Amino acid sequence: MSFMQVEDLKVHYPIRGGFFNTVVDHVYAVDGVTMEFERGKTYGLVGESGSGKSTTGKAIIGLEKITSGRIIYEGEEVTNARRKRDSAYNRDIQMIFQDSHSSMNPKKRVLDILAEPIRNFLKLSPQEERKRINELLAIVGMSEDVLLKYPHEFSGGQKQRLGIARAVACNPKMIIADEPVSALDLSVQAQVLNFMKDIQEQYGISYLFISHDLGVVRHMCDNISIMYKGRFVETGKREDIYTNPKHIYTNRLLSAIPDIEPETRNERKLERQKVEAAYREEQHKYYDEDGKVYPLKSISDTHKVAMSVDEKERV
Amino acid sequence: MSTNTNELLEIRNLRTSFRIKDTYYPAVDNVSLTLRKNEILAIVGESGCGKSTLATSIVGLHNSINTKVEGEILYNNQNLVNLTDTQFNKLRGNDIGFIFQDPLSALNPLMRIGEQIEEGLVYHTKLNKTQRENRVLELLDQVGIPNVQRVAKQFPHQLSGGMRQRVMIAIALSGKPAIIIADEPTTALDVTIQAQILDLLKTLQDEIQSGIILITHDLGVVAEVADRVAVMYAGEVIEEASVVELFRNPKHPYTRSLLKSIPQTNSENEQLEVIQGMVPSLVKLPRQGCRFSSRIPWIPQSAHEENPELHEVAPGHLVRCTCWKEFHFEDEEGSVNQ
Repeated sequence: MSFMQVEDLKVHYPIRGGFFNTVVDHVYAVDGVTMEFERGKTYGLVGESGSGKSTTGKAIIGLEKITSGRIIYEGEEVTNARRKRDSAYNRDIQMIFQDSHSSMNPKKRVLDILAEPIRNFLKLSPQEERKRINELLAIVGMSEDVLLKYPHEFSGGQKQRLGIARAVACNPKMIIADEPVSALDLSVQAQVLNFMKDIQEQYGISYLFISHDLGVVRHMCDNISIMYKGRFVETGKREDIYTNPKHIYTNRLLSAIPDIEPETRNERKLERQKVEAAYREEQHKYYDEDGKVYPLKSISDTHKVAMSVDEKERV
Repeated sequence: MSTNTNELLEIRNLRTSFRIKDTYYPAVDNVSLTLRKNEILAIVGESGCGKSTLATSIVGLHNSINTKVEGEILYNNQNLVNLTDTQFNKLRGNDIGFIFQDPLSALNPLMRIGEQIEEGLVYHTKLNKTQRENRVLELLDQVGIPNVQRVAKQFPHQLSGGMRQRVMIAIALSGKPAIIIADEPTTALDVTIQAQILDLLKTLQDEIQSGIILITHDLGVVAEVADRVAVMYAGEVIEEASVVELFRNPKHPYTRSLLKSIPQTNSENEQLEVIQGMVPSLVKLPRQGCRFSSRIPWIPQSAHEENPELHEVAPGHLVRCTCWKEFHFEDEEGSVNQ
């Protein structure tokens, strides 16, 4: 059973201009996104820059104003709701940012950074609080002598781990991870991903994993949605997307991922050019007159693809 | 050109040191590499390994007050290390093209695209204004930009990231360089655009037969385009091999660990390999012994060489230090003697 539903989420930004600075048009950053989240699963959100994937994440956690649509958390609507600062939703949905450095107050010590969510949401005595912080550090594999250090004293990977520790401080149900590893080196990235998986197994947290790296998404996610111009072009289980992609945009994205098999690179290049040519010729079939993605249609229990009405009949 | 006509650029014992409080610390240490004609040589490594410092040393972009460049970089029988700025200006943009990582900050925001490409032609060729303008359009066309007439009159901010990178490539190509140095040319781009740019580089190279030094941290990119690969760690080249050999038969512990830490197709629910510890900072870097030894503490010290050298383990395959012979991953057999 899903504990949280997102229904037809839309975030539009007005473009102002002309006489009296009136609203002349909108940027359709997120244009009708529907998702469901279950406990302990990882949901991948993939797309190129500007596809609206980060905006979706921010809208869900409440950092962007939602234009229309609903977010329902455990049966209660939480869309744009005026919430108390210590409401259950604020406590249970947490975020890990791409740039962990700028997400931490440079004047605070690790102790206070990690204590902040605890002080906001849990009523603990100073001793219990200290105990909890030590637990958190143990979860992300850091020793207690970092407590009095400042964020700038850490490397990128360590800071990202502190970001994870902060996000799990109040036992959240879901963590929105917006490109958590894209600024990190390969070996450090591996470490952070391993931690994220361990924590998920231990505490049954769900992740909304936003990334442009299809390799990382494949490693982490159970369900994957491919986003283009604010809408989903395809959504399904990991196997659905990677072994049986239906939408031409998904195909194009998959064929562009570099593989570490140098022997077959020429075949891959030909394949890539074929897909690219097909994409140029046939893309009008996959998008409507305004260049927007069609609504999603189910083609199996788990797999949904955006397609026009007549194409549905062909399948 | 040196003895072998195929060799374009020869780097011998290059050491680039930065001054920190009156002491010079080498960021690139004793690097020897050869770039051949019509070849893509990839230099891979994580941040701080010295790969970009190596690139900027080749084209002399270092400030001589805080930086010391020693060793030899031989191109056309001249040593680039000793060149003055005036001499370098004749080479840069003409014999050596440079593609930067971030095209938006490398391009001048106040100059039209056409003028920026033309700039190199003004200094390096004897073409007149009309010929130069035609050449600019030709170059833009060559890098796959549509509507060349219009784009030549636009400013960098009006183009997308992929288009800007194409303009950078056009600038690098303008002098028909023998050597192109590409410093992370696709890192800031989306995968689909990255694939296009890599294909473009490869096609252009076939046309103009230049040698390319590709600097990257992405092993996927290396596997897609490179012919030969040098892996750098803490300022040193620790392994050098042809691309197939490196991916099929990696020897050095660092290369093997890196390859194992890529989230790959067939390791969906497995743990990724993590390299213990972190890259030591420039100041704390050990100057003696194997620089990677502190990150594989379960391998006995006796496995390392005292002064690790590059050894040829197969034709064209060089590995530094001898520790690869006894190396195994920590969770593999033999970890008891840790």
